[in-house]
Order: sequence, then structure tokens, then C-alpha cells
Amino acid sequence: MEEYKLMKGNEAIAEAAIRAGTDGYFGYPITPQSEVMEYLMAEKPHERTGMVVLQAESEVASINMLYGGAAAGKKVFTSSSSPGISLMQEGISYIAGAELPCLIVNVARGGPGLGTIQPGQADYFQATKGGGHGDYNLIVLAPASVQEMADFVSLSYDLAFKYRNPVMILSDGAIGQMMEKVKFKEQEPRMKTHPDWATVGKPADRGPNIITSLDLDPARQERFNNKLQEKYKKIREEEILFEEIDCNDADYVFVAYGTSARICQKSLQLAREEGIKVGLFRPITLWPFPYEQIIRLSKKTKGMLSVELSAGQMVEDVRLAVEGKIKVEHYGRMGGMIPTPEEIVLALKKQIIGG
Amino acid sequence: MAEKVVNIEMINPENLVYQKTKVLNDNVMHYCPGCGHGTAHRIIAEVIEEMDIQSEIIGIAPVGCSVLMYNYFNVDMQEAAHGRAPAVATAVKRLWPDKFVFTYQGDGDLAAIGTAETIHACNRGENITMFFINNGIYGMTGGQMAPTTLEGMRSSTSPYGRDISMMGNPLKMTELVAQLPGTCYVTRQAVHTPSNVRKTKKAVRKALEYQQKNMGTSFIEIVSNCNSGWKMAPVESNNWMVENMFPFFPLGDIKVPDEE
Ligand SMILES: Cc1ncc(C[n+]2csc(CCOP(=O)(O)OP(=O)(O)O)c2C)c(N)n1
Repeated sequence: MEEYKLMKGNEAIAEAAIRAGTDGYFGYPITPQSEVMEYLMAEKPHERTGMVVLQAESEVASINMLYGGAAAGKKVFTSSSSPGISLMQEGISYIAGAELPCLIVNVARGGPGLGTIQPGQADYFQATKGGGHGDYNLIVLAPASVQEMADFVSLSYDLAFKYRNPVMILSDGAIGQMMEKVKFKEQEPRMKTHPDWATVGKPADRGPNIITSLDLDPARQERFNNKLQEKYKKIREEEILFEEIDCNDADYVFVAYGTSARICQKSLQLAREEGIKVGLFRPITLWPFPYEQIIRLSKKTKGMLSVELSAGQMVEDVRLAVEGKIKVEHYGRMGGMIPTPEEIVLALKKQIIGG
Repeated sequence: MAEKVVNIEMINPENLVYQKTKVLNDNVMHYCPGCGHGTAHRIIAEVIEEMDIQSEIIGIAPVGCSVLMYNYFNVDMQEAAHGRAPAVATAVKRLWPDKFVFTYQGDGDLAAIGTAETIHACNRGENITMFFINNGIYGMTGGQMAPTTLEGMRSSTSPYGRDISMMGNPLKMTELVAQLPGTCYVTRQAVHTPSNVRKTKKAVRKALEYQQKNMGTSFIEIVSNCNSGWKMAPVESNNWMVENMFPFFPLGDIKVPDEE
């Protein structure tokens, strides 16, 4: 049965979350993602599936509610936008340190500070390089369509529970706000059983389950860190996702994710009409980053242009991958400005082809 | 060395009148001798045992001296970030409404960094029980000024005594949350004498019973000493607490449910 709906990206996340059998949502309003909670409240998921939806007093509270819910063995998520995600960082670090599965959605806007409510991709460093304190990594997924906003919800939960690790969907205000047709999966039931490590009340036949990120013994704390690093290594080896468009015969490649990747698709067409063979490489997992795939691609191309709504953040990872063997430049707009496809072709010509 | 005299009579099973609750394990507590945390732990654990709810309760530990309380309790526990226990507990309770959920926090945790979480959990009337150990100081980090440090009281960050004009006023969080419609039971107790221990234990039982009846947030402050932070011997610190803390933080019920 085909069931398409016309929806905003933010609404698609909310609907997909209900259908993925989410147990709880905790959030605080912020533009451009407020539709997530608005949609949930309007849908009465407590009647549809028994899901809890709570408007918290702050993002600090919502991320710590996420900690509590995840530690109690439930499928939980929160959503926010850049300033709110900044406020959550301590909690995210605790969640990573306590190895709790959950989903955090960042519908990013331009910064720094209060910045703007228009789309931005300047939270890449924060999302992929830590953000909070300590050696930890989030799994970061970057959707480029309303359909992917929906699809990545259950994918996130699968990864989160598989690795006991928080997962972030790093989107932006454009994808959160735009409407596209989207097809949803059937309703999944909420979990009936809970992980054996969860704090659900201690039955007589086991010892207490303790959820903590504290260990004051340096040797044990280091051992724990090594275990985390082993986990991250496995994720790097097994969970990389990306998309290549017209890369086979390409002389030049745009590297872009999310909204930028969509604009680059148009730029690619324009360039090809002019006879310039351009491809698009779209990382879908921003962490783990597809270094190997970019290395391979760099061996048959002359240059890469990383296009981002930022001053150039992902470009550092692209450069790390190609190790100076080909030219890599960044083109981007900031503050909520969005480049036109023509502008990007021009940048390719000036910075990569002519440069 | 004097010879060890063991009074056999005393350890005869029929003569044992007191036994440690099974809800606490045998780990040696890290608290300073004379500190109130251990007594407060024991009271809560005893009530959990007496109500037979060990398998249905989830505790949330703070950041502070009692950060490691999960090492002593035989119940499922989570360790929250500094000040966030009420938010953590909110989610656990909402997702497991049939379980008992409690938080246990110091004054810095509950009344400084976690003020927003405390007030909003209480104002929403979350069906949780909150234990607030008020020792007037930041014990864990080495005796800095707390929101509850009394006027004139010395701490490592108010070495000449708390100067209200410079450092602001001590905060009566318990009176504050009693104003909120979400709280059903708000009381202030102490654990420095056997009779206070008995009173506190009654209060803990009531609080958990109100939670069972879904009556809203039950909130128990336990005024406590911090002999090492206050730089006093245990007995001296208890006397100081009676003379100085109790006049500002008077013991007794502040809010009780209508049914009583
Ligand atoms: C975000 C953050 N800020 C500061 C600290 C340091 N810190 C740990 S415990 C504490 C104060 C604890 O005092 P209180 O809550 O009164 O509990 P007590 O130790 O007296 O029992 C502070 C400031 C921290 N762990 N996290």
C-alpha cells in the first residue's frame, strides 16, 4: 500500500518517530525545528502508541530527560537547533560516557551566538569532533531530503541500540522547513522488552543495574576509554554511508551534505551543460566520515570543492582524506545565506579549475 | 593490647534486635565519620525494605559527596549530571509510571546549578520523591560557599564569612517549592539524634506512600552537618547545626496533603 504524504522535514521526523515505536520525546522550542514538538503534541501519540511527549523547561533539562529515559531502557529522542544543541553538550557527553542509546536531532541554523533562524551547517565541528568534553563520538547522519529525515529515524535507533551510542541527525533549517512528499513505514510496536543493563527496578535474581559515567580509578577509566575507542573503531569500519552522483567520469567533485548537496546537484547539471565533468560526493554519515571513499575518488579526479553553509568545516576532513594529493578548496555562505547553483559553478571554475 | 572480650550473649540470634537492611550492601561508605549522608542512606534503604519495593524503585544520584551512593544501595540507580537529577527522574517516572523514582541531592546540586530542574519538576508535580541533603556547603569540592550557606558562615570561598551585600542571601529552597501547586508533601527533617532519625524515617515513608498514590512531588529536606567542610569535630558540628542552622532552616512539615 503506497502512502505518500506532503510534509515538512520537521514533521516527517516526528511522524517517523511515532512509527518507529518511540517511547518518549523531550524538547524545548526553538526555530527552525519547533514543528517537531508541535506535530507530536497535535498527533496525541500518547493515544496512538502510548508515547510520552514532554515540553521541558530547557534544553539542559531535555537532554538530561533523554539520559534518564535511555538509562531506563526506553527509545527516546529530542530535537533542537544550534543554540539549544550547544546547551545540551554536557548531557550529550554524559550519555556517550554512560553508553546510552538515543537520538538527538539538530535542525541547524546559522551562528555563532543567537545568530539567525535561517539554515546553517556550521555545527559540523560540534557534531563530529566532540562538542562536549572527553573522548567520545556521536554517530552523525546528514539527511538531504524530507524522505531521509523520516528514514533516518529508525536507522538512528538501530545504530544507537546496536552500539549503545547516541546518534545525531544533523539537518538544517532548509530541510526542516521545506515540504516534500514522503512515504512512511508501517507503525512499529513499542519495545516490550528492555536491554538487560537498563534501570527498570532490580528484581531479586540480579544485582543492581547502575548507569554512570564516573570511575575515579584512572586505570579503570583508561580501560573504559579504550573500550569506547574499540567501539568507535568498529563503527568506522562498518557503518559508513555515502552517495555518489556522476562521479564515474568526473574530473572534479563537489563534496557536500544536506542542503548544500541538493544545491550542488543543480550546479553539477549546469557545469556538465558547459562540458565540465563534475560529480557529487555526498557523505551521509558525517561521523564516521567516508575518508577511504574520498581517497579512492581523489585518485581519478583533479580537484574537489567542499560546499558548506559555513566558513569551511567539513573541508578539513576532505583535505585529511586526500593528503594534499589533489586540490581541495571550500566554498560556502554563512549567516543563513544560501548559495545559488550558478555561484557554486563559478567557485569551482575560479578556485579549482582556474586556480 | 587489651584482650578482646566478646559478649556471646549479644550475638545470639534471639538477642539480635537490630539488623542492617538488605537494601544497603556491605561496601564501606566513603563518607567522613560523623557525616549525615550515611544515616540518610540507611533511613531511605530501611523504608524501601519495609515497604517491600526494592524491585520497583529506581534512584537518581547527584554530583556531590553522595555521587557514589549507588555503590551502597541494592537498587537500580542512575548517576545524573550535576543538578539534573529532577529532569532525569522526570523521564524515568513518565516512562515507568508504575515504578517508584527518587532523587537524592545536595544543596549545591539541588538549589544552585539545578534550581531550574528542581522548580520545574516540583511545579509539574512529577510523581517522584526528592531528598535534599542541606549541609550548607559544597562538601565534595572542598567546602565552598553553597546557596544555603548562612550569613556570616565561613567557607573556602567566603573565608571571612558570607557577606550578604557581596554574596547574596542564603536560599530556602524548601519553602520555595512548598509554594508550588505540584508538591504534595514538603518537610524539613534532621538525622542527628535518634528521635530525629525516627521522625525522618516516618517522613520518608509518607513521601513514598504519597508517590504510590500519585499525589505529586514529595520533597524532604534533611538538614545535615558537614563536619569536615565546617572544620569541626562531629559532635561540635551537630551542636553548631542545632544552634545556627535550625533557626534559619526550622524543622517540621511545611506542606502536608489535605487528607491529613
Ligand atoms: C557542571 C559541573 N560544575 C561543577 C562541578 C563540580 N562540583 C561537583 S560537586 C559540587 C558541589 C556539591 O555540593 P552539594 O551539592 O552541596 O553536595 P555535597 O557535596 O555537599 O554533599 C560541585 C560544584 C561538576 N561536577 N559539574
